[in-house]
Amino acid sequence: MSLITANNLSKIYRTGEIETQALKSLNFEIEPGSFISFIGPSGSGKTTLLNLIGCLDKPTSGTLKVADVLTSKLTRREAAAFRGKNLGFIFQDFNLIPVLTVYENVEYPLLIVQNIPAKERRNRVTSLLKTVGMMDQMNKFPDQISGGQKQRAAVARALVSNPKLVLADEPTANLDSKTAFMVIDIMRKMRDEYGVTFIFSTHDPKIVGEVETLFTLEDGKLTGRSNRKGGSHA
Amino acid sequence: MLELFKIALRNLIRYKRRTLLTSSLIAIGVLFVLVFIAASSSFKYLMIGQITDSMLGHLQVHKRGYMASIDSLPLTLNLSEKAEKKLEAAIKDISEIEAFSPRIKFGGMFSNFIETTNIRVNGVYPEKEIATIPLFLSRIKQGEKAIKKGEILIPELLASGLKVKLGDTVVVIATNQDGSVNGKQLEVGGIIESVTGPGGRDGYIHIEDAMEILRMEEMEISEVAIRLKDFSKLNKISSQLDSNLSQHLNKQGKQVFDVRTWEKLSPFYNIARMIDVMTIFIKLMLIAIVLVSIMNVMIMAVFERIREIGTIAAIGTMPEKILSLFLIEGFSLGVSGAVVGNLLAFLAIFLINIIKVTFNFGRQSGLVLTPSLKTGDILFVSAAVILVSVLAALQPAFKAARMEPVDALRHV
Repeated sequence: MSLITANNLSKIYRTGEIETQALKSLNFEIEPGSFISFIGPSGSGKTTLLNLIGCLDKPTSGTLKVADVLTSKLTRREAAAFRGKNLGFIFQDFNLIPVLTVYENVEYPLLIVQNIPAKERRNRVTSLLKTVGMMDQMNKFPDQISGGQKQRAAVARALVSNPKLVLADEPTANLDSKTAFMVIDIMRKMRDEYGVTFIFSTHDPKIVGEVETLFTLEDGKLTGRSNRKGGSHA
Repeated sequence: MLELFKIALRNLIRYKRRTLLTSSLIAIGVLFVLVFIAASSSFKYLMIGQITDSMLGHLQVHKRGYMASIDSLPLTLNLSEKAEKKLEAAIKDISEIEAFSPRIKFGGMFSNFIETTNIRVNGVYPEKEIATIPLFLSRIKQGEKAIKKGEILIPELLASGLKVKLGDTVVVIATNQDGSVNGKQLEVGGIIESVTGPGGRDGYIHIEDAMEILRMEEMEISEVAIRLKDFSKLNKISSQLDSNLSQHLNKQGKQVFDVRTWEKLSPFYNIARMIDVMTIFIKLMLIAIVLVSIMNVMIMAVFERIREIGTIAAIGTMPEKILSLFLIEGFSLGVSGAVVGNLLAFLAIFLINIIKVTFNFGRQSGLVLTPSLKTGDILFVSAAVILVSVLAALQPAFKAARMEPVDALRHV
């Protein structure tokens, strides 16, 4: 059974009288536990698609089902609740909350979004911080750690609420090669360990070489899908 | 909720200078408003105290119609002995009345045998008068602090104008109720401090001397001044006394007695009202300062943190929590400004009381300002500041809560 099903998914942006068709009748399915990437040049619709899958935006037409929920029909509040329960986000610029420590940033979705009891929160945050190798940095604030460490903390935050799906928009764009591969390894490990689906939007060859399925987008259309064996850098 | 407070407070600390400036602005506003309220209240109540405790009393009762002709002090509108007895009985029925003083007031001529001038004379029972207006004795600048038979206490301006000294013999001449004129020689027993207002030319004699000058065979009273045990119950007691006296009607079926509080007897009441109006404007200015400064700082905060708002919204934070986060920031700014402002106001008022600021009011000089803060004022100002802070944060907070995460995340 598919985790994500898109049928004739389209998105049109309107600015005054100008219409820009960002996505054109996309049809695809993504299985649970996938490690996939959407690739394509700038303006091809990668980020728009990720925003639709992430319930951050709504399609102009077509349907999108994520984890058995027709997300294109969700209200603003329902979408927020759905994101909090089912999705994790990793951003190009890490987007950690600057006034919270690494520990508090990872804890945030459990505390503010899901109201998980303190003991369980502590166990889940500590476990993830150990997995991403950030235990020794947990009391530091984002401006006191490196870019790679920030992204590892962001990965921990995205996974702490046990989401079905993690969406990562250019997650390695601001990292050097060594750190990028380290972060990719962590994400793959998380997928293997927890069965979480990872979807990337990138044109970074490091990620392209690591994912198992590659969707190619050009001018808002899906022009290709290739299955491959990831983990080439090893 | 505690976590939202933690995040909000850290965000405020993150922009230290801005937070400090905004809190300081609010604190200074609170400081000035509280000090103004304390000082103006002190001035107001000092003046009311001076007027009521040295001259008017808290309440006065006259025969209806007397106040309309007060300038001529009409003897024809005095209360008869019978009416005065009824009035005394009604006064004694009210336990909250501490003292009362019947007075005969009349206008007359005052002469040192060389020069003559006009004078307003109060014939009083000394013990009752002093019990009703306890500051009266402190107004006696020269002479024994008493009102004795055969003596007159005259205002210092009159004494200096006519070059009359303590112990001099003077004569007071007045027209009686039947139109005849009578006079009596009196010794100047004391010189009293002149006061600002209509009582500035008042002399004081014993009530029996007044009866003699006016050739009264029976006691007739111009007014009864009343002192309450608790000044704050003024309006309540005034209404009660008025109600008790309302049963006494004249032949035309109208009330005999006219009960008036000091407010309706002294022009200073208008000054007191003006002080109250000024206080309201000062409070409104504080509200404007808080509103503008908090709104400004919160709009800035939302604008600078659009991507952060996008991030927390993307990871599932509900709009109401985002709203709360910014409202708490506004609330915290208001609370910190109010607390610091209150502390500074306490300190400033403490210092003013140590320094002993003095001022002059009319002929009275060296009055010491003793400002103090009332719990009601502190609570009102603090609550207003905090409430306005939250209201000022409402618009920016709504903006943040309604932000579409996809747009917020795109913001550069």
